[in-house]
Amino acid sequence: MTAGTPSAPLPASPLPPEIVPAAPPPAPLARDVAPAEQAVRRARRWKPAEFLFWTVALVAPLVLPRSMLLMNEIAILALFALSLDLILGYAGIVSLGHAAFLGVGAYAAGLFALNVNADPLAGLLVAMLTASALGFLSSFLVLRGTDLTRLMVTLGVALLVFEAANSWRSLTGGADGLQGIAMDPVLGLFDFDLKGRTAYLYSLAVLFLLFLAARRMMGSPFGLSLRAIRDNRLRASASGVGVNGRLVVVYTLAAAYAGAAGALLAQTTQFVSLDVLEFHRSADLMLVLIIGGTGWLYGGLIGAVLFELFQDAVAAATPQYWQFWVGLLLVVFVSGGREAVHKAGAALRRKIAGLKIAGLFGGRRP
Amino acid sequence: MLTILFDGVAYGMLLFILASGLAVTLGLMNFVNLAHGSFAMAGGYVTVVLMQRYGMGFLATLPVAFLMPALIGAVLERTLYRPLYDKSHLDQVLFSIGLVFMSVAAVDYFMGSQQQLVHVPSWLQGRFDIAGTGIGRYRSFVIGVCIVVAVLLQFVLARTRFGSQLRAAVDDQRVARGLGIEVGLLFTLTFAVGSGLAGLGGALGAEMLGLDPTFPLKFMIYFLIVVTVGGRAGLIGPFIAALLIGIVDVAGKYYVPEAGAFLIYALMIVVLLFRPQGLFAVAR
Repeated sequence: MTAGTPSAPLPASPLPPEIVPAAPPPAPLARDVAPAEQAVRRARRWKPAEFLFWTVALVAPLVLPRSMLLMNEIAILALFALSLDLILGYAGIVSLGHAAFLGVGAYAAGLFALNVNADPLAGLLVAMLTASALGFLSSFLVLRGTDLTRLMVTLGVALLVFEAANSWRSLTGGADGLQGIAMDPVLGLFDFDLKGRTAYLYSLAVLFLLFLAARRMMGSPFGLSLRAIRDNRLRASASGVGVNGRLVVVYTLAAAYAGAAGALLAQTTQFVSLDVLEFHRSADLMLVLIIGGTGWLYGGLIGAVLFELFQDAVAAATPQYWQFWVGLLLVVFVSGGREAVHKAGAALRRKIAGLKIAGLFGGRRP
Repeated sequence: MLTILFDGVAYGMLLFILASGLAVTLGLMNFVNLAHGSFAMAGGYVTVVLMQRYGMGFLATLPVAFLMPALIGAVLERTLYRPLYDKSHLDQVLFSIGLVFMSVAAVDYFMGSQQQLVHVPSWLQGRFDIAGTGIGRYRSFVIGVCIVVAVLLQFVLARTRFGSQLRAAVDDQRVARGLGIEVGLLFTLTFAVGSGLAGLGGALGAEMLGLDPTFPLKFMIYFLIVVTVGGRAGLIGPFIAALLIGIVDVAGKYYVPEAGAFLIYALMIVVLLFRPQGLFAVAR
């Protein structure tokens, strides 16, 4: 309640409410767009830094032709992180089992290439469809309960999928995995080479297209309504947002994205093993998003770059105990490191803005 | 048939001891501590080290296997856990997964990645027959210890001053503090005891469950299932859930080995689907 509102008896108007003149007709839309729509349009506009980001991603192989395999991994992880960001950052659904969709996508793409058709794009599509089917079915499990229930249920689904892949040896090859996946050239033109050039450009192209789609969707009223659900589910449903339907849609969508990441992984490494379904995949992914920040699409991408570079450096030094450093990073980040990093990031942004080189990544949650 | 039931009960009892600390931290204090298994692993390794390097008897190591994790738990609670009590479940999960990863890698580094063997004394080995049912001596010993611990826990929580203070502090921290209850100390003690019980369970379970550096990851889900399925109202729900899971898991592995852990996970999802608050929860 605002202070100072007179609590006069209700029908203060001289006319009974039924014959109060109607509000003036809404102004013509073409000239005078509603502020909300203006905000949506502004958020949709491309910022200079975004062009810079993708240009760097595109020319990186020319500068560093030797690390294209690493870059390919980064692109795939970025797509996977983007997928988790859709449900965690935008819709506020916590998940500890996102590897299930990555794994299902990878197995679907691998099996499709081995048994049906070795065309990469067809395999990608099949993987996305399979993963989104699983996502659709399991989405009904995450609608109910608290965060804790959701963590447990997503973890449980991932473990079920892992056990299924482990036991169904005739289909998945069990612990040996799927081997000898040979892919046809992409679009019939570009052969996969040993240096990973085609692999990287293929993954980057898929990442870019799916990113564009996600950017469009999250900037749309649909994306805004997801954020409303994240911030206050009850209020969102009270203002007429169909909460459950939207959550099902975005969960299925995120599953399809993760499936695409899995397909890229299977196709570019030409190998699928139970590792794609392991718990540490889901946990590492959380770390990626924490590094990059949730709730903006570049969070996953930047997080993936930093995470892979970090992993590359540490794993070269102590390959066996790499998990220790992931763990340390998680603990430090949650126990206050995150605030420090984001504060430093904000200070840097202010400095840059002060230098009049405005042009930042858009869509950042304040 | 009865042997399987008996083994299931022993396994369930062990799960209860392992998870009872989590039932308090997660169930009552509402902190998602996935690193609970790390304390259990610490207890197991304390027993292994004391027996192998210092030649202590199995039973003599058990108190140490309780005290060491309890001490570690108290220190960690004071330093790292406390600031996270008010944070979201997601943060708590990430933090404790970080601890799990660190403990797994650290134990791997210091102790090697192989399975550790614990030799129980000879009077606990083998089995005896009652009415044609083979009953393992060690398993009956485990059941005995677990019953004592369970009764003690329930008594402390329900009948003592400490227990009622804890329940008050959990229900409303501010009011409890206002009444002069030392909430911080209470939580530290509780956390330490929970970690110590996990350590005790880890030491007791090393023979039955196996012990290697991936222990916290392998059993994390079991502890969580015990608590989430059992409900978070007290210790009786988790106790029944632990027995249920122990019996279902042992029977499942015996009758349908190809299903693996499928049954348990499916059971958990179904329960959470229909009763998100757990089987025995009272609606708050």
